[in-house]
Amino acid sequence: MKHTISILVENKFGVLARISGLFSAKGYNIESISVGPTEDPTISRMTIVTNGDDDQIEQIIKQLNKLVDILKVVDLTNEPFVERELALIKVKVNPHTRSDVIEISDIFRAKVVDIGPTTLTVEVTGKSDKITAMIKMLAPYGIVELARTGVIALKREFKGEVYDPKEIKLLQKKAKQNPDTERKKTES
Amino acid sequence: MEKSKHNPNKDFYGKNLSGIEILIRSLIEENVEVVFGCPGNAVLGIFDALLDIAGNIKVIFTRHEAGAILSASGYARASGKPGVVIVSSGPSASNLVTGIADANADSIPLVVFTAQVPTKLIGNEAFQEVDIVGITRPITKHNFLVTKISELSNTIKSAFYIATTGRPGPVLIDLPKDVMLEKFTFEYPETVNLRGYNPVHSAHTGQIKRAAEIINKSSKPVIIAGGGVTLSNASGELRELARKINSPVATTLMGQGVYPEDDPLSLGMLGTHGTLYANIAVSESDCILIIGSRLSEKTAGEADKFAPNAKKIHIDIDPASISKNIKVDVPIVGDVKDALKKLIPLVKNLNTEEWLRQIKIWKEKYQLKYEQGEKIHVQYVIEKLRELTGGNAIIVTDVGQFQMWTAQFFKFLYPRTHITSGGLGTMGFSIPASIGVAMSIKDRPVISLNGNRGFQKNLQELATVVLYNLPIKIIIFNDGHIDITRQWQELHWKKSFDELLIDKACPDFMKIAEAYKIHFFQAESTLDVEPVLKKALALRDKPVMIEFKTIYEENVYPYIPLGATVRDIIEH
Repeated sequence: MKHTISILVENKFGVLARISGLFSAKGYNIESISVGPTEDPTISRMTIVTNGDDDQIEQIIKQLNKLVDILKVVDLTNEPFVERELALIKVKVNPHTRSDVIEISDIFRAKVVDIGPTTLTVEVTGKSDKITAMIKMLAPYGIVELARTGVIALKREFKGEVYDPKEIKLLQKKAKQNPDTERKKTES
Repeated sequence: MEKSKHNPNKDFYGKNLSGIEILIRSLIEENVEVVFGCPGNAVLGIFDALLDIAGNIKVIFTRHEAGAILSASGYARASGKPGVVIVSSGPSASNLVTGIADANADSIPLVVFTAQVPTKLIGNEAFQEVDIVGITRPITKHNFLVTKISELSNTIKSAFYIATTGRPGPVLIDLPKDVMLEKFTFEYPETVNLRGYNPVHSAHTGQIKRAAEIINKSSKPVIIAGGGVTLSNASGELRELARKINSPVATTLMGQGVYPEDDPLSLGMLGTHGTLYANIAVSESDCILIIGSRLSEKTAGEADKFAPNAKKIHIDIDPASISKNIKVDVPIVGDVKDALKKLIPLVKNLNTEEWLRQIKIWKEKYQLKYEQGEKIHVQYVIEKLRELTGGNAIIVTDVGQFQMWTAQFFKFLYPRTHITSGGLGTMGFSIPASIGVAMSIKDRPVISLNGNRGFQKNLQELATVVLYNLPIKIIIFNDGHIDITRQWQELHWKKSFDELLIDKACPDFMKIAEAYKIHFFQAESTLDVEPVLKKALALRDKPVMIEFKTIYEENVYPYIPLGATVRDIIEH
């Protein structure tokens, strides 16, 4: 199963190596990883997307928690979260196909950010599957180059969102729990 | 660690000191008593200052860095204090790797200092440069590269704190040469500032209550005690609990000695080469209390078939060690001593008479045995050693068949008396580790047990033994083969690789002893074992080497092959 793990780390050299080393030592592939500083410049947020069964992920999260430079690990998979990815796609175009490509870009609310005689570069943001869908739509025209940022994600708050009843129950349960749940989580 | 009342370093607070001096003042702050190391180009300045400034810190120079790190490990295992190592850069640093991995596997606190080329040369393939922080990242609890002198004393404080708290382990600090020569105002921090490192010490009372409920309903309890009980110095609490609930106690290899093995409640060692009755008791039990053990495959065997009828309670300071190999019903994260102290008042005085009667039957039926004859059997030597020392000795085992026979037949009574490489199984462990043990233990004999091959893996350290006149009794069991490898070879593969398993160019150990000027004894027949041991033990003040020519072609039983269960045990 796919898991999106959000990690707060010390903004120091070597931290990325420790984390990626943990995954590689266990033979787990990191599907995507993105890192950047947070509102506190001494702390960075890493978002890692990986595959594994629940036991494997539980063990990985426990191992991550043991790393001295890691401040917090959250597996977002079981809670509502916002995820976004950005991609730059350079597509082959000619005078006949250019408008088609622009039209597809519009549908995906993508922006044209560079244009040349034979190519067009578009910028698209969204969930990973939206980006994959757009890439599939553009593939027939010929994709020259492609860069994806990997997923970044944050936990959702209640406001302005519509949840299905199951999700609401889950959140109510969470809100009821003692805020001092970090340790209990590891114990149970 | 406790600080002595008068801190001579106080006079140096606020003074401008070099990196080297800050390092040494910091070691004094941490009450370091012994440093193990090897001199080398890049650390000469450090050793020079260490011998000059820190008169109370004893420096042990080993022949090889591999010896230094295992000596520090032996020191830490016997004393419970962190072992400290200082070595040079490049090859000196990379020679530490096995010893660091060994300490990491057995949760042994070490603080390791390596020299590094000047910061501006790092990554330039400079002379004697290796990326030791990169190399040791997966085998240390944490490691540091100090790039600014302003961070030095904080880093050292953090290293000692990380190494000795939570689940202990080795911490490495890499010290570039230029940083060590710079000067900075010396202050030693009182506390550490590590917001990402908060090991849980206090066990959760709710979980303890749940555990007590399960224990109180049990009629066939078994306690499995691991190395965590040793590390937490909780053998007193363990004894109290076991006697209160009348539960038999099995230990892992690392846990040996935390419960006296001559006690009627003791089941001896559990696992692959453990006693049959310990393994049967676990598989028949209705309540297993696992204390301070990660339940490796060597202890637990096939995970899905481990104690199928039992409710399982697991106490460990490392949350990642719980439910890693074996799923448990009640996980308790916290210090073993703290958890046991909270648990003892909540449990009832259980009536387990019937269960103990059954165990007594198993113990008689499946008691450990071996054949005796004119030729020497290792088990006999172990039993004699136990008899002659009364268990009041530190037994430092290398890796091999005799290690398992020691675990089975010595009947350890006290914690920290069986010093062994449990997790990594490092051959060549015993001689350097006994050097460290001998630096900490002065009132009891230190006995190093080796096979003919393991002995050769770090025999250069005999020089260190002689240099510091450490009264270690070094025993070599020589059957001319590589025993435990041969056993696996015979049981699992064809015999056709015999070529590989005979120690063809095995040296004359008497001549080795002569070369190092160590007192030497040899015995070939069973009758000579006791007199030789008596003579060796009587030489209290000097090192002795003893070679026992033991019988060849004998396997360690009982033996549960990997991936099997107690039902598949090979009893004899």
